[in-house]
Amino acid sequence: MLSAVDMSERVRSGENCEEILHEIYERIRSSELNCYITLNDKALDEAVQIDRREGGKSGCGKLLGVPVAVKDCISTRGIRTTCASRILNDYVPPFDATVVAALREEGAIIVGKTNMDEFCMGSTTETSYFGPTLNPHDTSRVPGGSSGGSAAAIAAGETIIALGSDTGGSIRCPAAFCGVVGLKPTYGLVSRYGLIAYANSLEQIGPMASSVRDVALLLDVISLKDRRDSTQVKLPPSDARTNFNADSVLGMSGDDAISSLKGLRIGVPAEFVHGISKDVERAFWSAIHALEDEGASYEEMHMDTMKYALAAYYIIAMSEASSNLARYDGLRYGLRLNRDDDWHTTFSRIRGEGFGEEVKRRIILGTFALSAGYYGRYYLKALKVRTLVKREFESAFRKYDVLATPTMPMTPFRLGERIKDPLSLYLVDVNTVPINLAGVPAISIPCALSPLPVGMQLIASHFEEEKLLKVALACENLMNAHFL
Amino acid sequence: MRKEDIEHLCWLARIELSDEEKEKFAAQLSEILEYFSILDEADTSDVEPTFHAVGVENVMREDVPEESLDQEDALMNAPRKEKGYFRGPRIL
Repeated sequence: MLSAVDMSERVRSGENCEEILHEIYERIRSSELNCYITLNDKALDEAVQIDRREGGKSGCGKLLGVPVAVKDCISTRGIRTTCASRILNDYVPPFDATVVAALREEGAIIVGKTNMDEFCMGSTTETSYFGPTLNPHDTSRVPGGSSGGSAAAIAAGETIIALGSDTGGSIRCPAAFCGVVGLKPTYGLVSRYGLIAYANSLEQIGPMASSVRDVALLLDVISLKDRRDSTQVKLPPSDARTNFNADSVLGMSGDDAISSLKGLRIGVPAEFVHGISKDVERAFWSAIHALEDEGASYEEMHMDTMKYALAAYYIIAMSEASSNLARYDGLRYGLRLNRDDDWHTTFSRIRGEGFGEEVKRRIILGTFALSAGYYGRYYLKALKVRTLVKREFESAFRKYDVLATPTMPMTPFRLGERIKDPLSLYLVDVNTVPINLAGVPAISIPCALSPLPVGMQLIASHFEEEKLLKVALACENLMNAHFL
Repeated sequence: MRKEDIEHLCWLARIELSDEEKEKFAAQLSEILEYFSILDEADTSDVEPTFHAVGVENVMREDVPEESLDQEDALMNAPRKEKGYFRGPRIL
């Protein structure tokens, strides 16, 4: 499949994009994977416009003519946006998320809105109101989640690149399970305006693609200073950290990236390797040794507070969710039942019927963690533990350039295998959630594809996306040469 | 966690659950809370809470009126509306 870097280059130099878009829609129509909830019915017209150089799209957009899939929790003007929930089944946003406006500005074509766990709450895409997405590598298995539709669509050639969002691993988990690349940016790098909120202090929109270079290009497009997002980092606009530039990554050859591994110090936290499955263990250590062969050094080290990270993460995420999801009352938008009763009964019924089981479970637990008498023991305690987790990452990055871990402790499991036992499903996020607590960037890249995909997670310090992507580029080239 | 506790939380969260859901949640939530109690072991004396990982401050723009959603767009998703207003259920 064509890369976004190559395709936009070709379209800018006069080639057409309509045919590629046609092929993608053909594949979607004959697909059994259920990657999309809603398709963009104007996409082909937009492609024709670009090909005819009409409508001001004659220019030189960084993603000119490139098909992009957008996770269904990101607002798209005029295209239904459901968050994979019954409660938003008919919702059509009257505005674009800042990242979507940026995509359009750079000439990208939105293929459609991808399937996900309802309100991003899940790690398998099975909690979607629209049914699960299947893993393209083995359709009896889950694609990971919550951005499962985006990852599966890339792996199956149903788009070229995609946006996901990552609250506790929702980009990296499906990237690992579907054998693609996905990056969670530093908290505050990418605008959250138009991202339907789940856990606002943890989540970031991020790029997903089949190569590191495409991920870098898409991150370049979506990392923009946005005064409509009050949670973006307060830095002067001239500060490079507020606007990631992909040029140095795109301009680097694979060989140069590999040479730059010399002297790289990699930390491998034992807590992230303990208890992983045999397949994952084999693929992960082969990758680490391949990096070592090129002059990087690794050291196993300890991060003692990681044993608390998962519990702290879930308490914070559920507490924030219980507040953020209070807005769904069927008044301004969303599900409204046939008959109104009094105010409280009407809202309670709408929310009881409109939300799926996992969403209700998290709202209720979050309500509990914030309620009088429990706030200190659960919510405040979790925020304090978050401080400890963050400090431990800061101290690790004084010693190591990057940390490397398996993204997921296991390969993709079967549909239905864990969904009935919520706690067992939460536990699969153990290697991804600490990163969101600390707000640092992390990328998942494939380090094995058969018998099932395995992802390696690389983590860097705040705003070190450039370094992270260069190391990932080197890994990608090594993996392609040795293992994939 | 008992069924009555779940009922109280349902009231606070304005979510109506079936009896079956309440029973199921009571058992599941107890198990999850038991797992969360691992935090009791963490020594957090003299540790400040972290609300945002990168020390977010409010980013304010100049207080200048700008164009915003027009009434038609603002109402386009409203299930019930009347004379340019959202129509809610009765309060009393």
